[in-house]
Order: sequence, then structure tokens, then C-alpha cells
Amino acid sequence: MLETKDILETITMIQEENLDIRTVTMGISLLDCIDSNIDKACQKVYNKIVAKASRLVPECEEIEKKYGIPIINKRISVTPIAMLVGACEEKNPIKFALALEKAARTVGVNFIGGYSALVQKGFTEGDKILIDSIPEALSKTEHICSSVNIGSTKAGINLDAVKIMGSVVKKAAELTKDRNCIGAAKLVVFCNAPEDNPFMAGAFHGVGEADCVINVGVSGPGVVRAALAKSKNLDITGVAELIKRTAFKITRMGQLVAKEASARLDVPFGIVDLSLAPTPAVGDSVAYILEEIGLECCGCAGTTATLALLNDAVKKGGVMASSKVGGLSGAFIPVTEDAGMINAAACGSLTIEKLEAMTAVCSVGLDMINIPGDTTPEVISAIIADEAAIGMINSKTTAVRVIPAIGKKEGDSLSFGGLLGEGPVMKVNTGSPARFINRGGQIPAPLQSLKN
Amino acid sequence: MKIVISVIGKDCVGILAGVSNKCADFGVNIIDVSQSVLQDMFCMIMICDISKLTVDFNEFADNISAYGKEKNLSIHAMHEDIFNSMHKI
Repeated sequence: MLETKDILETITMIQEENLDIRTVTMGISLLDCIDSNIDKACQKVYNKIVAKASRLVPECEEIEKKYGIPIINKRISVTPIAMLVGACEEKNPIKFALALEKAARTVGVNFIGGYSALVQKGFTEGDKILIDSIPEALSKTEHICSSVNIGSTKAGINLDAVKIMGSVVKKAAELTKDRNCIGAAKLVVFCNAPEDNPFMAGAFHGVGEADCVINVGVSGPGVVRAALAKSKNLDITGVAELIKRTAFKITRMGQLVAKEASARLDVPFGIVDLSLAPTPAVGDSVAYILEEIGLECCGCAGTTATLALLNDAVKKGGVMASSKVGGLSGAFIPVTEDAGMINAAACGSLTIEKLEAMTAVCSVGLDMINIPGDTTPEVISAIIADEAAIGMINSKTTAVRVIPAIGKKEGDSLSFGGLLGEGPVMKVNTGSPARFINRGGQIPAPLQSLKN
Repeated sequence: MKIVISVIGKDCVGILAGVSNKCADFGVNIIDVSQSVLQDMFCMIMICDISKLTVDFNEFADNISAYGKEKNLSIHAMHEDIFNSMHKI
């Protein structure tokens, strides 16, 4: 029998503590859309997405009503488009971007991810062409997200790709400077990219995946913080236990929605991503959880340790709540999307160097960080290389999503609106790594890769 | 199918009667009710069966929460599975 206190707890989580399902993401394979004629391929891509996802948004809205839980985003991830580009005689991947954009508008999703290439060990011709087209594709579309995987524990780091991505990130910002440089906010550079990630901008549908799957990402930093606020006197073991229990409840909600969406859409259930994804809404912040554990301001000494505890407890609690777990699974620390991080960065407590340390113990990487518009492509490349090295050596996913704020300097502010939020332009070390980046080649795979 | 209706707000005359009437109008059968008044805050949880619901569930949920707004109460109708999955292993 249901107990009143449990029912009230759930309602409080949803109404007051911003508990929501962050995204239901439908992964769609486009491998059967490959065609040497690019126009035919684009038509097949459009037709397949519309056929598979036409009911995604209305069914999710029905689920929201049935359970009274908001589903903030409905998204689609597709096979990395570079694989389709390679087969086409006409090398104009922008046509694919426009076909994806048209499909996104037809089915009403918030984003389509998968304008991507996987080049951790080298480029195919399709990869090169697609990567060059990313800035233009992001400037000509609204709903497309792009990602490039430039390294892995198994393959090492493709330094040629790292070099190119520095320029691509900069150009993506330049081409969208009249829209707050939003292009760069929809572009992620990965090391060890997961193939079943439901979160943007890094979602794509891996080639090892089924034809069509439903992946779900949950949110809930506000719930964890509220639970900690009610239990002030716990020792740190108690804090970990409490986070675990709360993460279990949050993830169960994700599992329920994933199962329901999968049954309604008649598409297999893929994974639940055990995540604490913040929003700019006050109270829904990962930084505030760390401060609730006992930091004066996120970014001070102790931030990495508390984040490591949080990240681990979220996984331990979540893993039992879901039958299949995957994606990024961990706490996110996107600066502009987290009210507490924004404050900490604005007051100078949180720096890029500290964020880099934090990425060694949490889910992703340097995420949604505004950097000065005059940052050189080589510095951006080297930031990517540093982050990829952390991922490669620690066998974890890391990523870089920095936004060069064109025309702005340290201390200015850049706003994207919506879930992408806003934030201060942060200081970057401007010493030149150009000679390192221009060497090119491949950073060899580390000893950790030799597990067989 | 069972649902949970929660009603929270400032206590006044006729809350239970009003919500029950709404349920009856839509063919919702109330199985269990628990209520408490803490200071002057009223809190009621109803477990209901909606197998004979006369309209679509979404329409009922919208209708009952609109009724809540009219009476200055926070009323939510949610499927019981969300509570079961969150609080039971």
C-alpha cells in the first residue's frame, strides 16, 4: 500500500525541487539510407526519421500527463553523418544538415544529434569533408547538434584532428556571432564518446546499436540538494548514503518513463543515463549540492573531492534502479547551464583549471564554458588535447564544449537563453601551445589500452 | 487502472465534498482516502479506480487541477505506478 509520506515526497520533488525527465532520445540508425546519390540519401534520411519519430513528441506528452512528471526535451540521435557522406559522389554534407533540420521541424523535436565523425585513429574522406562543414551546418540550422570523437583509450589521440577542431570551434562561433556564438554551443569534441548517449550536444547513434532505440536521461540536482539540506548533521558516509538513496528514486522515474515510452512507440528500450543534469533554474544546480555538502563556494579547495563523492554515489544509487544503464552516467558540470557554477565563475572562485581537475572525477568535461573571443585556435586545440588526455588515461568519457565569445573579453557575459543558459567569459591561459599542436600525428594509445 | 489524487491547500469547508463530486462526475471510483490537517493546511490523498472513467485520463487530470486552481488548492492526479516505482523495490 502506498504511504502518504511517500506520495507527498514524490509530489514535492516534482513541484518544488525541479525533478524532471531531462530527455527522451530516440536513436535511429541511418545505415540503410546510404546512397551514392546525395539527394536520394537525404530523402531517405528524412523519410526514415519521420517514419520512426512521428509519434515521439505526442507520446511523450501523454506520458507527462499520465505520471505528472515533466519531460523537458524530446530528441533524436542518428548514425554519424560522416558515414553517409563518404558514400556520396557529391561531397556536400550541408544537404544532410538541411534534411535533418527539416525532419526535426516536421516531428517537433528539440534537437537532432549526429552531425558527427569518429576520427580517433584517422580520417576517412567522408570524415574530413563533414568536419570542414560543421561551422556552416551549425550556422544554417537551429536543431542540429554536432560532435567529433578525436581520441580513445584504445586508439590514443588524433592530434591532426585536435588541430582541426580548434579552428572548427572558433569558426562555428564566428559564423554565429550575431546569435551569441550559439554554433559552438552545439558542438562537442569527445574522447571515448559513448554510442548511446541521450544528452546533447554529444548524442549520436553508434553503429553497434539496434535500428531504433529509446534512451532516457534524468535530471534532479534540486532533489539531491533538498535531501541534503534536510539532513544537516550527517557525516560524509551518511551524505554518500543519502545521495545514493535519492539517486535511486530519481533513476526509477527514468526507468519507468523509458519502459513506457518504449512500449508506446514499439521501439526497444536502450538505456537510462544515470545523470544529474542541472538547469539554469535556481535550485537545480550541481554546484549548490557541493556547497550544501560544505563548500563556501564551488571551485574552492574540496570541490574535486565532493564532486567525486557525488558522482560515485549517483552511479551506485542509480545502477540498481535501472535494468540497463549507459550513456554518460554521472554528474554534469556545464558552467552556463548551472546557476551555482555561473555564480562561482562570476565571482572568480571557479576557474578553467579547477574545472579541468573536476572533469577527472565526473561525467563529462569542460562543458559550456565561455572563453574570450580572441582565444587562438591553437589554444582551443590544446584545451581539447588536455581534456582528451584525462579521458584517455582514465578510461572515461571527456569532452570539450567551449564557446569563443566573439567580440567579448574576460569578465563580459554571453547569454544563449533556455536550457543553455548564460555565463561569464572565463580567463584562459594564453601561452602558445602552437608548436605542440602543429606537430600533428597520433598520441599513441596508453598502456591502459592493453587489457587483453 | 489506479490513480492517486493529491489535494493540498488552506483548509476550508467542503474540500472533500467538492473533489469527491468531481470524481463522481467523471466516473472515478474512490477506493481509499487519507487526510490530515496540520495547523490550517489541508492535505488529502485519494486512491481511485478509473476503469469506468467517462473521459480521457488527460482531460480528467486537466479538469481536476483546474478545479483546484479555482478553489486555491493544489490538486494533482497521477498514475499510481510513479509512486510504486519510486518507493518500492
